[in-house]
Order: sequence, then C-alpha cells, then structure tokens
Amino acid sequence: MARFGVRPDTRALLVLAAVLAAIPLVVRSGYLLGILNFVGLNAIAAMGLTLLMGYAGQVSLGQAAFFGLGAYTSGILTATYAVNPWAAMAAAALLTGIVAFAIGTPIFRLSGLLLAMSTLGFGIIVYYVQVNWAALTGGPSGLTAIPPLSLGGFRIDNDRRFFYLVWGCALLLLALALNLADSRIGRALRAIHGGELAARMAGVDATRLKLQIFVVSAAITALAGSLYAHYLTFINPSPFGFGYSIELLVMVVLGGVTSLWGAFLGAGTLTILTEALRAIMPRLTGRTQAEYEIILFGLLLIGFMMFLPKGLAGLARGE
Amino acid sequence: MNLADQVLQYLLSGLVVGGIYALIGLGFVIVYSVTRVINFAQGEFAMLGALVMVTLTDRGIPMPVGFLLAALAGCGIGALLEGAAIHPIRRGSALTLLIITIGASIVIRGAALLVWGTDPLPLPAFTGGPPLQIGGAIIVRQGLWVLAVALAIFAGLWAFFTRTYAGKAVQACAIHPTASRLMGIRVDRMFLLAFTLAGGLGAVAGIVIAPITYATYDMGLMLGLKGFVAAVVGGLVSPPGAIVGGFLLGILESLTAGLVSSGYKDAVAFLILILICLAQVARLLPWRVVEEA
Amino acid sequence: MPRKGLRLALAFLVLLSLPRLATSQEPYKIGAIFSITGPGSSLGIPERDTAQMLEAEINAKGGLPGPVRHPVKIIIYDDASDETKAVLAAKKLIEEDRVAAIVGTTLSGTSLAILGAVQTAQVPLVSCAAAIKIVEPAAERKWVFKTPQSDWLIIDVLVDYLKSKGLTKVGWLNVDYAFGELGWVEFEKAAPKAGIQVLDHEKFGQKDVDMTPQLTRVKAANPQGVVIWSIPPSASIATKNYRDLGIKAPLFHSHGVGNKAYINLAGPAANGVIFPVGKLLVAEQLPDSDPQKPVLLAYAKAFEGKYGPRNTFGGHAWDAVQLVFRAMERAGNNRAAIRDAIEGTRNFVGITGVFDFSPTDHNGLDRRAVTMVEIVDGQWRPAK
Repeated sequence: MARFGVRPDTRALLVLAAVLAAIPLVVRSGYLLGILNFVGLNAIAAMGLTLLMGYAGQVSLGQAAFFGLGAYTSGILTATYAVNPWAAMAAAALLTGIVAFAIGTPIFRLSGLLLAMSTLGFGIIVYYVQVNWAALTGGPSGLTAIPPLSLGGFRIDNDRRFFYLVWGCALLLLALALNLADSRIGRALRAIHGGELAARMAGVDATRLKLQIFVVSAAITALAGSLYAHYLTFINPSPFGFGYSIELLVMVVLGGVTSLWGAFLGAGTLTILTEALRAIMPRLTGRTQAEYEIILFGLLLIGFMMFLPKGLAGLARGE
Repeated sequence: MNLADQVLQYLLSGLVVGGIYALIGLGFVIVYSVTRVINFAQGEFAMLGALVMVTLTDRGIPMPVGFLLAALAGCGIGALLEGAAIHPIRRGSALTLLIITIGASIVIRGAALLVWGTDPLPLPAFTGGPPLQIGGAIIVRQGLWVLAVALAIFAGLWAFFTRTYAGKAVQACAIHPTASRLMGIRVDRMFLLAFTLAGGLGAVAGIVIAPITYATYDMGLMLGLKGFVAAVVGGLVSPPGAIVGGFLLGILESLTAGLVSSGYKDAVAFLILILICLAQVARLLPWRVVEEA
Repeated sequence: MPRKGLRLALAFLVLLSLPRLATSQEPYKIGAIFSITGPGSSLGIPERDTAQMLEAEINAKGGLPGPVRHPVKIIIYDDASDETKAVLAAKKLIEEDRVAAIVGTTLSGTSLAILGAVQTAQVPLVSCAAAIKIVEPAAERKWVFKTPQSDWLIIDVLVDYLKSKGLTKVGWLNVDYAFGELGWVEFEKAAPKAGIQVLDHEKFGQKDVDMTPQLTRVKAANPQGVVIWSIPPSASIATKNYRDLGIKAPLFHSHGVGNKAYINLAGPAANGVIFPVGKLLVAEQLPDSDPQKPVLLAYAKAFEGKYGPRNTFGGHAWDAVQLVFRAMERAGNNRAAIRDAIEGTRNFVGITGVFDFSPTDHNGLDRRAVTMVEIVDGQWRPAK
C-alpha cells in the first residue's frame, strides 16, 4: 500500500492549519462558519471510523452510538451535575472507550460480517436507552441548557470561536493518528491488512490490536459527540441513530477507507454537498432536497465501492 | 382479563409478527447460503411488495392478481439488484458487498419515497370480518392469512429444495460452490436465482403484513433487521432455523412488550443478536453462526 | 474612446437602476422553517402550504396594508425533522437571507435546537411547536413566541371532560417520543388533582406496527376510559388494535389525531373517539356568537379549496404568519420592533384561539383554544 512518508503529511498539515486559521478572519457569514463547524465535527467522528475500517479492517454500523455516548455523557455531566466541561469531555471519551472495550472483547473474535451486524445491534440498543431512560437523558425531548466550553473566562459560545476549537482538535487528532500510522502499531496493522496469517506468524496479536483500535476509534468519535453537545447546547436522541451511522459510513467510503485524510475529505464533501442540494433542489424541481438526499447517499456508497474503492483520497494520490 | 388470557394474547400477536420475520429471514438465508452475501436490502423488498400492492389495489386490480404481480415485482427487484450491483463485484470481499447492499437498500428506499411519499398507506385485509376469539384472546383475520401464507411458502420452498433440480442445485452451491461448478452447475445463475427468490419472499411478507401495519416507504429497515436476527438464530444457513428464529423473535418481542416494558420492545431483537454472538464465542452454540475471525 | 465607453457605462447603470426606482418598496422578508420531510412532514406540509397561501393572498393586495404597501417574501426551508438541519437553516435565514422574523419550526425538538441561534442573533421567532420549554422560562425566552396550545392547557380540558363524565379510573398510552412524553408529564400532574387515577401506563414506538401487547395490559386493568397520546400512523394502529381487542371503555385521543390521515388509516375504528383540539375541525358547528367562527370558516374554505382537508397544524402556521404580518404593519422591518409588537398583541382572533401576549406569557392562549370533538361516521362533531 503506497503511503506518504512523514514529510509530505507534515507539510500538508501545516498548510491546512494555516488555511483554517485564516478562514474565520475572511469569512464573515455565521452560516458558512456553521457549516464548516459541522464539517469539522463530522471529520473528527469519521476519523474514528476510518481508523477502524482502514487500519483494523472492520466495519462498524453503529458508530453513531459512540457519538451519542460522548454527547450524552458530556451533556449530562455538565448540565445536570455541573461538572467542568473539559473534565466531562475527558470522562466521556474514557467511558465510551470502556464501553467499546466491553462490547469489543467478545465480538471481535467473530468474523467481520457478524462484527458489523453486532455493531449495528449495539447502536440501536444505545439509541433505545437514550430514548427510554428519561430520568437520566431527558428522553426524547432531550437535554437543554448544556453550557458551552470556556477557557478561563473566555466562553466558546459563537461560531467563530468554536471554529478554532473544533478544527484545532481535528488537526491535533489527525497529527496524532498519522503518527500512529507510522509507528510500530501502524505497521503491525498494515501487516494484518496485508495477510493476517502471516502477520500472526510474525508475532502480531491481531485480535488484541484490532480491539485497541476499536477502543481508540470509539473514543475519538465520542470526543466529536462531546464537542457537538457544547456547540448546539441542546441534544436529543434523534441525531444519534442509525441514519448518522450510515452518514459516517458514506463519508469514510467517499473519502477513502484507508486514508485518514479521507475522513476530512469525505466529511467536507458530504456536508457541503447536502447544503448545496438544499439550495439548488427546490429551484430545479418543485421538491426539497431531503427526498433526493437519500438516493444520493446510496448511489455514492455503491458507486464508490464499485469504482473508486480508494475514495477521493485515492484519486488525489493518483491511484 | 386474567394473566393466562394475557399471555395467550401476547403469544398470538407474537406468532403473527413472527411469521413475517420468518419469511424475511428465509430471504436472508437463501441469499447468504448461496452467495455468502448479507443482503441488507432484504427488508426493502418487503416494503416494495407492500407499496406496489397498495397501488395495484387502488387501481382496482383484484386481490389475488395484485398479490401475484407485487410478488413478481419483488422478484424483479431482487434480480435487478443481483445483476447491477452484486454480479460485477462478486469477487469482492464480504464487507465490500455488505456496504454495497447497504447502498442499494438506501437507493430503493429513496426511490420509494419519491414515488409514494411519506404518508402511510392503508391496504384492505384479504377478507373482511371481525377478529377471531381464541379463549380470552383475539387474532385478526389478516393475522390468520399471514400464518397461512407463511406456511404455504415454507411448504413450497421445502418442495422446491428437495424435489426440483434447481432447488437441489441451489443447495449444492450453498454447500460447496467449487464442486457444484465441477458438476456443471452455473454458479452465477444460482446467484441470480437466490436473489430473485429472496426478492419474491420479501415482497410476499410485505404484502401480507401491510393490511395490519400500513405500507410506508421506511418500513423496510426494521423489518429487515429483525428478519436478519431471525436468520442468525439458524446460523444464516439453515431455513428451518430462520423459521424457528422468526417465530421465536416475534413471541419474545410480544412477551417483552406485554410483561416487561413496552419501550424496550425493539431492543429485544438486537439483544438476541448480541447474545447469540456472545454465545458462539463462548462455544455454547451447537452450530457456527458465521466463520470466526 | 474610453470617455465614450464611460458615458455608455454610466447610462447603462442609470437605466439599470430605473426599474428599482419605479417599483414599490423592497419586500419584507420572513423566514420559515418547516418539517416538509421526515416524521414531522404530515404536520409540516400543511404549515408550508398555509404560509405560501398567506403570502400569495397578501401580495395579491399589493402587500402589507399601510401608507406604503410592502410586499412580503416568505423564505421557506425544510429541516427534514432534524435538529442539525434546523440550526443550519436558522443561521442561513438570519445571516444570508437577513429575514426580519422567523416562523416555525414544526416539531418541538427542532424549535428547542434553534433557540440559541435566534436569541443570540436577536431575531424574533414564532414557533409552531407545542413544547412548553420553547417559551418558558419567560425571562430566558425574550425573542421566542409560540402559537400551538401548550400540553397542560389541552390536558386540563381533557381532564375536566373525563371528570364530568365520571371517568375516574383510566388507562394511558403514549408514543415514546417528545409529543407523547410531554402529554404524559402533564396528565400525571393534572389527573390526581381532579381525582382521576391512572390504572396503567404504557408506551409504544412511533414506528410500532402492533400495540396489542400494551393494550392487553391496559385491558386487564379494567379502566373506565382509555387515553392514547400519539399521532398517525401509530395512533391509527393503536385505535384498530383497541377495537379488535373488544375493549368497551370509551377511547380518547390527543389533538395529534385532528387530521384526516388519522381517520383514513383507522377506518371505522375511529368512530366514537373523543379528543381535545382547536376549534377549526368543528368550525361550522360553532355558535355564531363565537368570535373565532368567521376567521375559522374563511381559512377552512381557502385552504380546502387549494390544498386538501383542513388541518390544525396549518392553523398554527396561519396564526404565526399573521402575527408577524400584523407586527410588521406597526413596526416595519426592524427585528426588535417586531418582537415588541408581537409581545404587545392583545385579543388577536386566530385559528388556534384568541391570543393575548404579555412579557410573561409568550403563548397567549386560554381555554377558548380547546374544545372536545367526537368522530362520528368519519366526520368531526362537537362532543357532548
């Protein structure tokens, strides 16, 4: 599998960081910043899934559950128990990681297909708990009055400030994940991907590694969920259902399953595409965009899996 | 109403819904055993069957004719799915194919949304009349139709698999594709046959349940997922297993809603799924659900 | 040459600006966010239709009444019943489209989600969703109003009716998402005060296709009456199950079934169902002394002529849009002034009821907004 060396990645990261730092200074529109903020949140969440799919070779159809667990843990701790939001965020990632470990330990011994379906089942169960355990989660009406994050007295309560926060986190995580890819662990994972039997014979404990990646991927997606909760200051179960799991899947496939940059590409493309459709569709046809959105997602999924399995990142690399 | 009557009611309701899960589960089993693909779009076949039937009935087409046509429509979509999306990638990994069927299910759902809109559409029951009393419990007439059709299909499939050449060929492919090919069986024809059959099965399930549940463009997702759980109970390769699994799931769901908590009813299916996976890992099951990692 | 070009360009620009000078004023812009797709679509579509109908009506007269008539433009976005899309739509309306006020959303969840955006940007919002949290606590909802009746008001009228019929031991089922839960919260509070005991409380999912297990439990508790709090299709399925199980106790529903879809799906099972709802459904049978009657009849006729069966949710949108129109007549295009004007609205005869806003009451309704209706032969009649 051809990969960038460390240098081009670092260069790309710095360029991206510079561009992102400049955007809020140039872009005045809160609406556009809002879209970019959601791209950032989706990028972090999708990165979690890319780690799992690209590096551990497993599909999760319930990734939205981790997103929701992160959001609800943060939301409940800060809104109901007045815990410090940063501590709550750390707790959310930790808790989600533990849950992932508990779920993953038994099911990672099964083959990919059953793992995928189990994650699906897990995702749906988490959704139902969020809906039914009203005393804790606010039930279907959700949780309001979640405080925004703040650094000292500096409240991160508007789009511009949140932009720096979410993209700062995204770049940091990307840098860390890219580092991981080049470490011993990353190479071990690539070995598994290349041929599990041979990897095992070389002393790689495949199952344990995959489980570790599962836990990390869950924690990263949970982090995105926490940020989401502090951004909207309101959450309810509906964004955390099966539909979002599928959206994340589409983002990862679109961007390129084996590329962490792909998570960014996929998240950006999908979020912007959806918004663009919202603007154009009512003018082209009498109907609103949501009715076509579903078909578009499905076609993208099929098309990319069939013709562009390396996704947009693969295209960019010229594969 | 005493407890015994209540439990009887739950059992009867569970049987009806279980029949649907069994039909859909059978579709999963037929496709998986021949192609090793989990067809995520199985539930959407049921949705299409139901909605097509609604349209045909609205146009005045008599019920038996509509039934046949809607079932054939399901077969057609199954064949189309196989030809357009599965056949070209048949050498791909199982996960790739899974994602492709996910994409297909989304496309079918989106198309249904465009054609039929979001509103649930009613379908008249096959025969009119009040529900039947059994002890202190009731079963609606359409529920009896569900069970009757399901039993007829099970019998028909059994005859197909054991008495016809095509059916035995399908079984052979399920057991050993290479040997089958050596014996002159066209495996890719079997792929097509499997998907076509599954499409028809799914459509029939949808047609027969729609008078009770209405037909909506998004009814396929949950039905498909639960049918999948039914199939998993039988190891994804055993038709009788899927049938037992379907009825078991329907009854457990009903009992949970009645005796435990109505809010968690839908979670039952997925709890069962996870439990089965765990049971296999703990080597508690006498059969292998899917290959292990 | 350049001189000539410059003169031509100037002339062109002057020509270009002429049409602008000739027309009447720039249209006043109102934003609208409705759930045109997704689970809320059966509520959102009549709301959208009503908004578009009112826009056409007022522009046909040249615009808002006044010394200078201002045409009105209602910019409608679909939130697909999704919180995130609602927030993005709100931001777009506020920043890009620069609307003076926003009408909507359809569902409580999406309205709650956009509260932050509208309060921060200080844009008046008239919501078409019912949750009480949308307008309370009043001190923290300066910019937000709503037109649907609150659940506690509807439940109060229902509870009074149950008590008046001597039904003191009841069963209750609700759909497990916001609408159903909120109804239960209010009923749980109001019932004991009226001496009504809830013998059994059950829940079901929006997408459930069979409620016989839950209804079997309710039947076993032997209640004198049963209340189901949901919207179609689950409300229709539950109604059919109820009749199939042969439960004889009178069946009550919520205002969520105040639409033709419920009756179409439930069929003859719907007959005999009694529910609290706004007066729109029985407008023709109201006494002539009711100040709402002419308004209701006019709206019902106009809507049914163009779009289909009348719908109380369309009525919520009618009220919201009219409130903004009236505020704009007094206050022009200024967001803060519109907010003040809405808050100062008194005795506004609308579809949902007669509105009296105040700094502490941003819903403005009283019992005149609710009446008990019975379904007889697939038609709505005032309940006796």
